[in-house]
Amino acid sequence: MDRRAFLRSGFALGCAAAAAPALTPLRLLAAPGENRLVVIVLRGAMDGLGVFPPAADREYAALRPGLAAQVSKDLVPLDGRFGMDGRLAALEPLWRAEELAVAHAVSTPYREKRSHFDGQDLLENGGEEVGVLKDGWLNRVAALLPGATAAEALSVGRDAMLLTSGAAPFGSWAPGQQLILRNDERGLLTRIYAQDPLFAEAVAMAEALSADAGERRESAAAYAARRLAGEARIAAFSIGGWDTHANQHGALGHPLAALSEAILSLRSGLGSAWSRTLVVAMTEFGRTARENGNRGTDHGTGGAALLAGGALRGGRIYGSFPGIAERQLYGGRDLEPTEDVRRHAAWAISAQFGLPRAALESAIFPGLDMGGAPGWLA
Amino acid sequence: MQGGAGATEPPHPRVEAAWRHDRERRVKPSRETIAAIRFGYGLRPGEAPPADADALMAQLVAGPAFAPPFASGVDLLEPFRAFEAVRTDKSEMAGRQDALRTARQQIRQGFARAQRDRAIAPIFSPHGFFERLAWFWSGHFAVAGKNLPAIAFAPRLEADAIRPHLAGPFRLLLRAAATHPAMVVYLDQTNSIGPNSPAARGRGGLNENLAREIIELHTLGVGAGYTQQDVRQFAELLTGLTYDLATARPDFVPRRAEPGQELILGKLYGGAGPDIRDVHAALDDLAAHPATAKRLCAKLAAHFVADDPPESLVAAMEAAWKRSDGNLSEVYAAMLDHDESWSRFGEKVKQPFDFVASAWRAVGATAEEIEALHMDSRPRAFLANPFARLNQEPYNPPGPQGWPEAAEAWITPQGLSARIEWVSYLAREVAPRRDPRALLAEALPGVAGDATTFAATNAAERWEGIALALVSPEFNRR
Repeated sequence: MDRRAFLRSGFALGCAAAAAPALTPLRLLAAPGENRLVVIVLRGAMDGLGVFPPAADREYAALRPGLAAQVSKDLVPLDGRFGMDGRLAALEPLWRAEELAVAHAVSTPYREKRSHFDGQDLLENGGEEVGVLKDGWLNRVAALLPGATAAEALSVGRDAMLLTSGAAPFGSWAPGQQLILRNDERGLLTRIYAQDPLFAEAVAMAEALSADAGERRESAAAYAARRLAGEARIAAFSIGGWDTHANQHGALGHPLAALSEAILSLRSGLGSAWSRTLVVAMTEFGRTARENGNRGTDHGTGGAALLAGGALRGGRIYGSFPGIAERQLYGGRDLEPTEDVRRHAAWAISAQFGLPRAALESAIFPGLDMGGAPGWLA
Repeated sequence: MQGGAGATEPPHPRVEAAWRHDRERRVKPSRETIAAIRFGYGLRPGEAPPADADALMAQLVAGPAFAPPFASGVDLLEPFRAFEAVRTDKSEMAGRQDALRTARQQIRQGFARAQRDRAIAPIFSPHGFFERLAWFWSGHFAVAGKNLPAIAFAPRLEADAIRPHLAGPFRLLLRAAATHPAMVVYLDQTNSIGPNSPAARGRGGLNENLAREIIELHTLGVGAGYTQQDVRQFAELLTGLTYDLATARPDFVPRRAEPGQELILGKLYGGAGPDIRDVHAALDDLAAHPATAKRLCAKLAAHFVADDPPESLVAAMEAAWKRSDGNLSEVYAAMLDHDESWSRFGEKVKQPFDFVASAWRAVGATAEEIEALHMDSRPRAFLANPFARLNQEPYNPPGPQGWPEAAEAWITPQGLSARIEWVSYLAREVAPRRDPRALLAEALPGVAGDATTFAATNAAERWEGIALALVSPEFNRR
C-alpha cells in the first residue's frame, strides 16, 4: 500500500471509529429519558456519627468527649435528634427545601474485617461477598438500560473506578484533559490500535469527550453537571479524605468542603434538570462510636449515606437508627447497621430508570431485598 | 482459584484478546528483549540488554551501587527539624509564624524536587530489574505525603528500608519498612498510646491504623483468617513504637507502651516489660505466615508477568519462598526460571512511571538533556514532570494499598490521552536527532507489529513517527 492510499484508508478508519459503540453515547441526542443519577463514592469511610451526629442522644458526648464538643459548636440542627456538621451549612437550604436527606445506620453487607479496600470493592461491585464480582454495579445498570447506547454514562476523575468498570461502555474523564487529533493522526492511531480494543476504546472515548473538555481547575462535580445538563444521564465520581484516625474535626474540613461544593455545583449546573436528578453519596463503612486516643475514630460498621436532588422528598433522616448505648453498639464498638445501603441505590435506579425489581435484586445487587419503597421516594 | 495456566480464564477479555493476538503474530521478541522490557525499564541505545535470567539476578548485586548521574541532593529533614524546633518552642519568640511558613515552604518545595529526582535512576541505571523491584516494594509499603511530617519522611523509606533489603529475607524488609519513621507517621502510629501506659494519664488511646495495614496490606492479606481482636491486640503491642527526629530512625518509648501480654493469631507476645523485640517477634511471625508467602508471590507475579498470573508460576515462587524462609532473591530466581515468565509477552501494561522512564530510554536521552530539562522552568514543565497528569506521582500513591495493577486502571480515556499528549511533546523535542525507524529497531526489536511499523515509518513528519511508535500498544505493553 502506498502512503496516500494508507492515509486515505486511515481517514476512513477514523470515521468508522467515530461510529463505534464507544462513541455513540455522546453522539445520539435522543436520550431515553430526562432522569439523572449521580453516584458519589466517599472514599476512606465517612464518619456518619460525626457528620450527622445524634446530638440529642445522651450517650453521644460520653462516647466522644473531645469530638462532640468540637462538632457541637457549629452544628446545624436537622431534626430534634440529629444535626449536621457546620461545614455543610451551605446545604441547609436544600434540607429545608426537601432536596437533601440522610439515610442513617446503613452499611454494605461487608462485616468484621473493616478493610477500606475490601469495603470499597463491595460498595462498588454491589455484591454480598468480597472478591466475587469483578465489575461495578453502575456499569451493570448502564448495560441493562433500555436504549443504553443513548444514555451517556460518565465517570469523572483521574482515578479508575470499579463502580463503573465492566462490559458496558462507560466514559471516564478528568476536566481539562484534551485530545485533539488531525484526521491523518486519527487514521494512524486507529490503525495501530486496531488489534488492541483496550487502547482503541480508550482513545475513541478520549477524543469524543475532548469536544467539551472543560477546564483543568473545574471540579469533577461542575464538569459532571455540564455533561448531565446535556446528554449524560449517569455520572459518578469520588471524594476522598474521610479516613480520619487522628484530629478528625480538622481533617474533615477538606472532604466536607468538597462534598458541599459537589452538591451545590450539581444543583446550580443542572439548572432545571435538578428536579429530575437524584444524587446518592455513599461510603464503604462507618467509624467507631467512640473516639480514639487521637481525637479521631477507627474503622467501624454502620454509617450514613447522603441523598440529594430535586427528585427527592428529603428534609428527613431516613432509616432506623438503633441508638448508641453500649448494649446497642455492634460488637460493643460500632453503630449497628439496620439497613443495607444498596437498598437506597436500588430504589434510586428504579425511580430514575425504571429497571425492574427482579433485575435490581439479582444482576445489579445480588442477594438484596429491596423491601418497601423508602420514604424519600417522592 | 483457577487450575493450570491453560485452563485459566483471565478476568479481562480485552487484555486476553490483545495478548492472544500477540502470540499469534509471527514476530517473537528475543529473550534479552523480554528481559529488558518486561523485567526492566526497556531497551536503551548503547546499553547491552540483560542476556537472561542470570544477568537479571546479577543486577540485584550491582544495582544498589548505581548512582544517578545527577540529583538535587535535597534534604527534607533539616527544614523539618527546624519546623519542629519552632513549633514546640513554648516561648513567644519573634517571627515565629514566618519561621514556620519558611520551613513549611522549604519542605514542600523540597518534596517536589525529590519527586523529580526519583524519576532519574530508572532512565540511566543499567540495572533495570533492581530499579523495578525498588518501585514494586515502595508501592507495597506505600506511604504518601499526606501531611508535613509524612512529606518530610516519605522519600526516605525507599532509600533506608527498601533498597538495602529488597534482595534479602522478607522478614528484614518488613521490619525496616513497617517501623520506618515514614510508615509510623503515615499510619498514625506516632499518636497511638497504650491506654494503661504511664504516658497516657487517662488521655492516651490506641490507634489501630498501622496494626491493621501491616496485617492486611503488608503481610497476610485481608482474606487470611484473622479477626478484629488480632488487629486490636497487635495495635496494643505496637504502642511505644515511634520515631526519633534527631536520628530519623525508629524509636521505642516504653512509657507509651500498653503493659501486659498480647495475643495475636493464637500466640502470646510481651509480658516482661515493654520491648521493641516483642514487636519484631510479631513482625517475624507475620512474615513467616504461609498466607504472606502466597499473597506476595502472587502480587510479584501479577506485577511482572500477568494481571492474573498463571497458578503454576505462583506455586513455583511460593515453593522457593518456603524453601528459603522467605529469601526474596530465591523467589525472584524462581520467577525468572519459570517458562511462563518468558511467554505471553505483552499481557502487562506499563504503568505511567515505567512508561515515562522507558520512553526516555527509547529515545536515548542523555543525562545533560534531562538535567537541563529539570532546571528549566515553566514552558517545558509538563515534559519534565508529567506524573501528576499521568496520575502516578512518585512518593504519592493513592493510599496505603499502593498503585492499582490492572491494565484497565491505567489505559483509560484520560490516562491514554495524557500519554499521547506527553509523547507529542517528547517526540518534538527529540525529532532532530532521532529517526523513527532506528527507534523501532532499537527499542522494539521483534516486538513492533506490522501496523505500528508501517504507521511509524510512514508518518508525515519525523516527530509523528516517533510519537506513534511510543504510543503504540507494543511500546505500552510488556
